[in-house]
Amino acid sequence: MEAIDRIEGEVAVLDRADVDTDQIMPKQFLKRVERTGYGEFLFYDWFKDGEIELEAHPILVAGRNFGSGSSREHAVWGLYDYGFRAIIAPSFSDIFYSNCTKNGLLPIILDEEKCKLVASSGRAVIELDDETVTCEEGVFTFEIDEEIKHRLSNGLDDVAHTLQRVERIDSFEATGAANRGPDTLAL
Amino acid sequence: MPKTLFEKIWESHEVDADLIYIDLHLVHEVTSPQAFDGLRLAGRGVRRPDRTLATADHNVPTDGTPTAAMIADHLSREQVEALERNCEEFGIPLYSLGSDRRGIVHVIGPELGVTQPGMTIVCGDSHTSTHGAFGALAFGIGTSEVEHVLATQTLVQRRPQTLRIDYSGTLSSGVTAKDLILATIGRLGTSGMQGYAVEFAGEAIRGLSMENRMTICNMTIEGGGKAGMISPDEITVEFVRGRPGAPEDFDAAATEWLGMATDEAASFDREEVIEAPDIAPMVTWGTTPGMVAEVTSAVPDPALFDSPADQEAAARALAYMDLKAGTPLTEVSLDRVFIGSCTNSRISDLREAAAVVEGRKIAPTLKGMVVPGSQQVKVEAEEEGLDEIFRSAGFEWRESGCSACLGMNPDILQPGERCASTSNRNFEGRQGRLGRTHLVSPSMAAAAAVEGTFVDIRDWS
Repeated sequence: MEAIDRIEGEVAVLDRADVDTDQIMPKQFLKRVERTGYGEFLFYDWFKDGEIELEAHPILVAGRNFGSGSSREHAVWGLYDYGFRAIIAPSFSDIFYSNCTKNGLLPIILDEEKCKLVASSGRAVIELDDETVTCEEGVFTFEIDEEIKHRLSNGLDDVAHTLQRVERIDSFEATGAANRGPDTLAL
Repeated sequence: MPKTLFEKIWESHEVDADLIYIDLHLVHEVTSPQAFDGLRLAGRGVRRPDRTLATADHNVPTDGTPTAAMIADHLSREQVEALERNCEEFGIPLYSLGSDRRGIVHVIGPELGVTQPGMTIVCGDSHTSTHGAFGALAFGIGTSEVEHVLATQTLVQRRPQTLRIDYSGTLSSGVTAKDLILATIGRLGTSGMQGYAVEFAGEAIRGLSMENRMTICNMTIEGGGKAGMISPDEITVEFVRGRPGAPEDFDAAATEWLGMATDEAASFDREEVIEAPDIAPMVTWGTTPGMVAEVTSAVPDPALFDSPADQEAAARALAYMDLKAGTPLTEVSLDRVFIGSCTNSRISDLREAAAVVEGRKIAPTLKGMVVPGSQQVKVEAEEEGLDEIFRSAGFEWRESGCSACLGMNPDILQPGERCASTSNRNFEGRQGRLGRTHLVSPSMAAAAAVEGTFVDIRDWS
């Protein structure tokens, strides 16, 4: 995953609430077994039907509860591949937010009013280290979990990061606490 | 100190700061291939194949296709075959096509008894919240997290807040668990539970069967909840007893499970109270599960919504759904009825629907389909003669799978078709491009199939 420092550029706007991952990446593209090449399928039906238009700018401003519904990470792969590097919205679904952070796509929560101001500015600069979004209309600060920020700004692979503390997992398993569930190989 | 069910599970699974141990990882064909590729690229193995279980469900045709190699759609075939290869390579037990234990992943976990109280359960599927009905902490994850769990058997997680929704009183006759959760989402909104591990509690919940409890927890995600859960009780214990995954020393386990229930004096970060007797049979009218109304009401007027954003969303939803404000929901006529999905395809759901259609015919203008949630549900239903009831009423009786819930297999709506569905999502195009979905309970779907329009099941006979 690519490290994030500063994201700068024009802003695309999708002013709708509850945009679900079925719209972001329709089901027919979930049959692919690859992790790349999803950009051309982004918002497939909405683009095809002329429902919406989105320029492939680095920043997307969206409505509340963005990325609701299905856990499909394909939605994030599509947004990233299309060109977005940050999404600013009043709220995100939990799974979608987490998926973004595993792929170097920066999710930023700003209240509705600020989202509108960033959208109307047309351009913005995001500094991850300072946790700020700067646009013509002002400088807005956002909050992000320290751990997530650390991983995003260093482009860390999650699994490798966790395996650095594998002794903790080993010792947890040694206590027997890890044998709560049934043995699926013995069913 | 008194603790909640969530706190007890969380604290007993903390491996390190923000790192929790996973007791059961369920895997299916759609969200796993890239995770297995990731393992191979990094030269990593699966840490606990004995705590991992896979099945094929999303892509599976429900026409009785006997093996993965015979799936007609080549992309679906390749994806299921990739799952078979991956499970073989990494030593993960798999119930694929041809197995009598195959089914929707959230149906077979409980059915096999591998879903048990006190466990942490994840799956690359948002409806993993279903398993919380057993007093487990269960939630959906993305593919990167699937890879993380395969490699480490842990998940990096910040502790969510806790919310208890207390349902006082009991549900009226004809009102079901599906209506309860739809009404709850309608009230709290599609992001009303965001950031919370939600415990469903109260008299109305205690009286429900495990199948009904699963329906409620299943749809927690539609209200934005991190996880839905219900404290284990005797009903939970009796459901698990005798199943293949049930522990050998069952009584000792049962005692431990009952001890996981939320302590009386435990406190939650947030509490909501809903009067169960006030809940009516519900029908969604829009394109999110929060766009829902009582069956006795009319399609709402977008102008009456609070904010401009909500007004616009409602107007767009009505245009997509081809509905006019003010039309009584009982005058909305249907082209299709789908009874199935991880929300409502268990044996009690099928019994509920069969009781409604027994001795009746579905409307000739409409196509009805019943899809059991697993091969075992199918066998059980056939032993009870439910398949005959559905067939003689004019329904198609299919093999198990996710089917028309999400349109990744041949069971899809045609553009413009309107469907009463027992599934969980009425998003645009969810059941097929330009298809129109109305979410309802199994008995409401069954009655709608007979009438060709929605009816109030409470006074319908």
